[in-house]
Amino acid sequence: MKKIILINLLLILAIIPVFTFSQDILSGGKVTGNVQIDGQFYSEDSKLGISDSSLNYKKFGMNGFANFIYTNGDFSAGMRAEGFLNPMLGFDPRYEGYGVPYWFAKYKTGSLEMTAGHFYEQFGSGLVLRSWEEWTLGYDNNIYGFNVHFSPIKGVMLKGLVGTQRYFWEPYENSNRGIVRGFDGDFYLNDMFESLAESKTKIDLGGSFVSRYEKVPNLTFSRDSAYIQINELGDTSEWIQRTTYQYDLPYNVGSWAARANIASGGFNFYLEYAQKGNDPNATNNYIYKKGSAVYSTLSYSTKGLGLFLATKWIDNMSYKSKLTESGNPPMLDINYLPAITKEQPYSMATVYPYATKQNGEFGVQAQVAYNIPKNSAVGGKYGTNLTFNYSLAKSIQKDPISADIPVDSSGTEGYKTNFFSIGDLTYYQDFNVMAEKKFNSKVKAKLAYFNQTYNKNVIEDDIFDEEEMVHANIGVLDLTYKFDAKNSLRMELQGLFTKEDKGDWAALMLEYNVSPSWFFSVQDEFNYGNPVSTDQIHYYNFSLGYNEGSNRISLRYGRQREGLLCVGGVCRYVPASTGLTITLTSSF
Amino acid sequence: MKKLFLAAFSLLIFTTAFSQSEIKTLFNLPSVDIKNVKGEPFNTKNITNNGKPVIITFWATWCKPCMKEHDAISDIYDDWIKETGVKMYAVSIDNSRSSKSVQPLVNGKGWEFDVLLDENGEFKRAMNVNVPPHTFIVNGKGEVVWQHVGYLEGDEAEYIEIVKKVLKAK
Repeated sequence: MKKIILINLLLILAIIPVFTFSQDILSGGKVTGNVQIDGQFYSEDSKLGISDSSLNYKKFGMNGFANFIYTNGDFSAGMRAEGFLNPMLGFDPRYEGYGVPYWFAKYKTGSLEMTAGHFYEQFGSGLVLRSWEEWTLGYDNNIYGFNVHFSPIKGVMLKGLVGTQRYFWEPYENSNRGIVRGFDGDFYLNDMFESLAESKTKIDLGGSFVSRYEKVPNLTFSRDSAYIQINELGDTSEWIQRTTYQYDLPYNVGSWAARANIASGGFNFYLEYAQKGNDPNATNNYIYKKGSAVYSTLSYSTKGLGLFLATKWIDNMSYKSKLTESGNPPMLDINYLPAITKEQPYSMATVYPYATKQNGEFGVQAQVAYNIPKNSAVGGKYGTNLTFNYSLAKSIQKDPISADIPVDSSGTEGYKTNFFSIGDLTYYQDFNVMAEKKFNSKVKAKLAYFNQTYNKNVIEDDIFDEEEMVHANIGVLDLTYKFDAKNSLRMELQGLFTKEDKGDWAALMLEYNVSPSWFFSVQDEFNYGNPVSTDQIHYYNFSLGYNEGSNRISLRYGRQREGLLCVGGVCRYVPASTGLTITLTSSF
Repeated sequence: MKKLFLAAFSLLIFTTAFSQSEIKTLFNLPSVDIKNVKGEPFNTKNITNNGKPVIITFWATWCKPCMKEHDAISDIYDDWIKETGVKMYAVSIDNSRSSKSVQPLVNGKGWEFDVLLDENGEFKRAMNVNVPPHTFIVNGKGEVVWQHVGYLEGDEAEYIEIVKKVLKAK
């Protein structure tokens, strides 16, 4: 009997290594991925003016994607299937459909990494090239082609790419849009030179060159000149003479950028300058002027204190891979011009959001974050956190090239401007302070105040010659009460006060959480101050969600407020709607 | 002998069942070139902790639950290190609009965990992250063994439980 047991034991011991060994072979290749499906059932809502016909009888909207990545050692390949059946409200109808707009194969050998297929890439801060995607915006400007990363020596990273960009579901065909070529280098001096390896000052230099080739269309423009004729009888007649000209459009439009980052002690300084060649396009009203941009940040921080300053100046920097493309949603962008305002997390502070104006903008931002230490008189037992932020965006000074040609006239140089000139028109201003304090193990509070100035004409309608300002004061109180280790209640009380636009708002949200799985919330945003009494609407929402590891399902029923949804300085217009939204996300 | 065998066998069953239901390898940490908080190149294969577990959280300065998660962890991070030796990497997916303000914010908040910058979402895509916050736990061998989407007040208690299980599973 003992013998049998012993044999059994030996057998088991013999099987274990075999089992682990085969698992090792199998685990050489691995598939991972993630999925998100959003479905919306729309209801008629006479208060919001929504009827079946205004919905075009599309009572159900669905946006979904599934990503799969296969990895085996230094090789990986992946794809993303997307479906918009029908696109949810606020997404361009051209997205309707189902397909695979993104796939890639990538391998790495030694210091070389090579991607074929679709890819995302960024040079520097993106002033001349950035391809990226943001699902919630329906934004995707992936590049389809080849991308190479090469690091010949330590501290040097070279990148090169060639490809065409995504345009909804329309495949690239001969000449239907431009080809993007780019080259970029990063040089980390402290890694490259041993003499600098020990230096406390770290210096990185970088530069990029990007070019777009496009078979240009035959485009003409006309200019009218009026004159008055007087005949022999003394009668006057007014004549208009219209002359048609052909645009002189370049096949190749180049751009370049140079950048430096210097870090020393708690200081960090970043500067990037970019220039773009003559690029008449639909966004800049077909002017021949060159573009330029500068983006710079300076920060100092030490434990408990952070200071941040940023500035930028942008002149005629819209850069797309098709010159006739403009408008919303923004498609075929080659570059990215960061908005210089803070992205706010509270809903009332995003009623009036900001996005970069690519044709000309000056911006500045300052931020201070300070932590009043624990166990001090003001800080209390847990410390108190203070954040102050100020940002401002203004026009740049544009002067006519001559007395008889108005600024921005098609087929001309457009205008004259001095480097870093600042115009008179304010686009946006935001001043905000926030205090955060934990009172005891049960109660946490955040208190915030925002003062925003929003130029509605500029931001919503691209009207630059007349301002329509909205001045808003916003207050937020965010309280969390923890009943025990798992149960907590959160309350957000917000108020937005303005005499302009849609008037005052009040918002209340209550959220009950049961960690790690459940949340329930009720919310109401009430536009009680709307000057139009029938538009004094309650935007109510009921939500519930369930998390299980990396799976999450949530349900929301209620009204969606009309407005701009902005992520990373790019905005999408979301129309008002009423209905039930189901969101399912999962990663594996 | 019989008892010993039974004990060994049940231990084997227990650990197998245990490791399969709770701590199993989901995938290996991918190798992606991103940046550390100072803007220097950093490869994600270097997310290590001398053979001890690592917590990776994806976050952004504009993400409310992420900030709450980090504030909550910051309060107890010292205790976590003392208890388990765990290390946390907070990967910011802020783009170039706000990535340069991450370090002053982290310092201003007094957070002591390591912070990385994933400006264009390369690491985010490789890790199949939909939206922040998304938290991973990596064992000492660089294998992702657990992941969690979203943050609800008190979730951090589960993170440290998993870390302790990972330490035991070794």
